[in-house]
Amino acid sequence: MKSFTVLDLLDLDLKEHDALDLHCIGGRPGLTREIRVPDINRPGLALSGFFDSFGDDRIQLFGRGETAFLRKLEETGNTEVLELFFRYQLPCVLFTHGLDPTPRFFEMAESSQCPVLKTDLASSEFSSRLMRALSNVFASVETIHGVLAEVFGIGVLILGDSGVGKSETALELVERGHRLVADDAVEIRCIAGNILLGQGANKALGHHMEIRGLGIINITHLFGVGAIRQSKQIQLVVELEYWDSNKQYDRIGAEENYKEILGVKVPVLEIPVKAGRNIPIIIETAARNERLKKMGYYSAREFNQSVLKWLESENARSTYFRNRHEG
Amino acid sequence: MIERDVTVTNRAGIHARPAALIVQTAGKYDSKIMFQKDGEEINAKSIMGIITLGAAYNSVISIRAEGSDEQEAIDALATLFDNRFEED
Repeated sequence: MKSFTVLDLLDLDLKEHDALDLHCIGGRPGLTREIRVPDINRPGLALSGFFDSFGDDRIQLFGRGETAFLRKLEETGNTEVLELFFRYQLPCVLFTHGLDPTPRFFEMAESSQCPVLKTDLASSEFSSRLMRALSNVFASVETIHGVLAEVFGIGVLILGDSGVGKSETALELVERGHRLVADDAVEIRCIAGNILLGQGANKALGHHMEIRGLGIINITHLFGVGAIRQSKQIQLVVELEYWDSNKQYDRIGAEENYKEILGVKVPVLEIPVKAGRNIPIIIETAARNERLKKMGYYSAREFNQSVLKWLESENARSTYFRNRHEG
Repeated sequence: MIERDVTVTNRAGIHARPAALIVQTAGKYDSKIMFQKDGEEINAKSIMGIITLGAAYNSVISIRAEGSDEQEAIDALATLFDNRFEED
């Protein structure tokens, strides 16, 4: 992973209920300091002089309590502890509630080049937003060669060798009213331990696609904003492969196969491609089927249940008739 | 599997035309060829992937090839980089 600095934190483009509303008020030379741990520390104990197990590698959050304590320290002239505090290489100190640091504290932060940040948000709200943002930043990431589309609300990741027709399939899906999330390079991050969020590996390039024979096309301009999506959870993986007549393909679909991406299991389907097979419709149907499964209905299993029930009743009937005949 | 580092030496970096050249060259070989830059890895047979790497002037890309013709593939690709994709 590339290093994540305090400046990167200030540059995070988050909106509305995710916005951190951060600005830097001092210690600017330290903005290149790296944030290595996606966590915050409330430095109450450290300020009172207790530095054992001090979380000095975390962002130091000053809320109302800590700031009031700082004021008290400065009123009574007990600022030695602050010198100890700033001897640590802290990523940054951060004031919530729009509070300002006390003058002596600010001077020391400046002289030790420790960035001083400020937000108008309340401490608890800010910490939950920050944790959310940092867990995204520190999430494990993998870039996969494939296409990600949203089909009937299901995030479908289409994989397969170059030239098997991933982009063409996605184009047909878009034409049929579904949405393109990313073509070719899909950046996948694992969020909250069990959610795979996929998006285009390069946001600056937008939703483009390469179609053999056409070249590079702009999906947003050709199909409108309704045909694209910024990011989507991956809920189904479809692996396209050239039809191999020696290979056994799933004919019943009662068993679920999974593919592991970043340690998360996602249902996977292997779909053989050959002329005359309409892959987009198969993917559409797979997405519908996936939604049914999420609702607890497994077509193949229910079908087999009906077969078993029917066989049982047939058995019962023939036994009954045989007995009558003999009786 | 073999690996080699190459540097982008044409001023404009890898834009559409060089990317097309790379894909055409990589496509001639059966080996699996991957480009890696800043921890990101993409398939060298995909034009959008290569452009997405955002390889500007002087950036270093590590090429990895695996397969029956890996040596030929990596040589051909490295030659493209050395010739600055016939640009300046």
